[in-house]
Amino acid sequence: MSEEIIKDVIVGENEDYIINMGPQHPSTHGVLRLEVCLKGETVKYLIPHIGYIHRGIEKMCEADTYQQLIHLTDRMDYLSAHMNNEAVCLCVEDALQVEIPERVKYIRTILDELNRIASHQLWWCAFGMDLGALTSFFYGLRDREHILDIFEESFGSRLLHSFVMPGGLMHDVHPNFQKRTKEFIKYFRKKLPEYDQLLTGNIIFQNRAKGIGYMSRETAIGYGVTGPSGRGSNFACDVRKIAPYGAYDKVQFNEILGTGGDTFARYQVRMAEMWESMNIIEQLIDNIPEGDYTAKMKPIIKLPAGEYFRRVETARGELAVYVVSDGNKSPYRMKFRTPNFSNLFVLNTLASGHKIADLIAISGSLDLVIPDIDR
Amino acid sequence: MLNKQELTDIITGLIPETEFPEGTQLLEVIVPAEKYFSLVEKLKSDQKLSFNYLISQTAVDFLSHMTVVCHLESVEFRHLIVVKVLLTDRENPTIDSLTALYPAAEYFEREIFDLFGIRFNNHPNLKRLFLEDDYGYPLRKDFRDEINIIER
Repeated sequence: MSEEIIKDVIVGENEDYIINMGPQHPSTHGVLRLEVCLKGETVKYLIPHIGYIHRGIEKMCEADTYQQLIHLTDRMDYLSAHMNNEAVCLCVEDALQVEIPERVKYIRTILDELNRIASHQLWWCAFGMDLGALTSFFYGLRDREHILDIFEESFGSRLLHSFVMPGGLMHDVHPNFQKRTKEFIKYFRKKLPEYDQLLTGNIIFQNRAKGIGYMSRETAIGYGVTGPSGRGSNFACDVRKIAPYGAYDKVQFNEILGTGGDTFARYQVRMAEMWESMNIIEQLIDNIPEGDYTAKMKPIIKLPAGEYFRRVETARGELAVYVVSDGNKSPYRMKFRTPNFSNLFVLNTLASGHKIADLIAISGSLDLVIPDIDR
Repeated sequence: MLNKQELTDIITGLIPETEFPEGTQLLEVIVPAEKYFSLVEKLKSDQKLSFNYLISQTAVDFLSHMTVVCHLESVEFRHLIVVKVLLTDRENPTIDSLTALYPAAEYFEREIFDLFGIRFNNHPNLKRLFLEDDYGYPLRKDFRDEINIIER
């Protein structure tokens, strides 16, 4: 397609022109290049160019043991590191038919939801900033710091924790974990309405988000757009409901579905998910059973020959792990179906016909994390 | 939601050349390459099956042959199926593209082409996704890169 574009421009047959957005554009939150074809200020179509931080994680996994490759999965979607770890661990536990302790299931689910809140907070502040609202950045990061402090106390790291291990957890959580999590929920229940006051009701924000980047339910299913972005188009794709893992079958929660399908609907789904995540944590935090933090595992894990497939819900959508094992200590082939990979390529459909300023709002509402696309 | 046996019966009725391996985690169906597109088309359009969500599409290299693996799900009924195609020609592997059925397949297939060198017929834009044109196909098991990969 790009050869035709170059011909058009050189020959001057039409008034379209191409601009490159990225690879180092602040709104792409990573190294993503969008080749945008414009007519005036209107986007005709865009072509995403990816691979700037392709590290070959799938290839590296083939040389690592299962305990080692957990640490690579953190580096895919670094904002839902915990869920990425869990996806691989569920696969291994499935294959070995290990029964993990109840305590582990509860703690994993609480951490999943804390991680989801932290990720949505960062999305909220960055989304506000994409649209020119700088204050939201300070509000979001201020509250996210509380979660990262809880993580740091228990795991020793703030972003890439690699805390979940096949069979359980790396070690037990800090004794303060329950107390501090409850404090955080109490604190954030007061602070989250501020987000709505600051941005949701703002008329400038609403004008920039409502009716922009409409995605129909069919488009979402066809492109495989999952997570809050897909649910904003009424596509019920929550893996926590479809195939519950961890302690999700023990809690009551609603799958948030939006019907608008536009940028504002995706925004509202994420805001409502933060409330829902707090509900889930509150149901679990007082009932964490006593017990071991890990099941008994052999030091060298060898999966029986065969194929294993597990899915989890990360903060951005459905992460599926597909492992082919030949009975050795490393996987024969490891495939990560990452949510952002599918979410990115719907951008052309959503942005076509809108102004270039709206492209920023649309890509912000998809909440892309580029290392997750490149892997 | 249909169980494995019901799904097997319906699919055998649609395409008789299909095989169903025993003892797999999910329901798997192996189909010859020339029947691949028509099977997936029927899986998607059949009223009782309606596999309308392509979760993932990938490939595995077994040195003797290559396998293209598709994970399909029905959004309405929530049943899952794994469609597999065995390609014995490793020199010039070719298979039909699913882009006409699932828009998501366009980039899954470009990724497979990039990393495995499998060509897709009727693909609108089959170009490499991550790597340069002369890189080789890194996820093939006989790929050697003496500079960047240390053999253990």
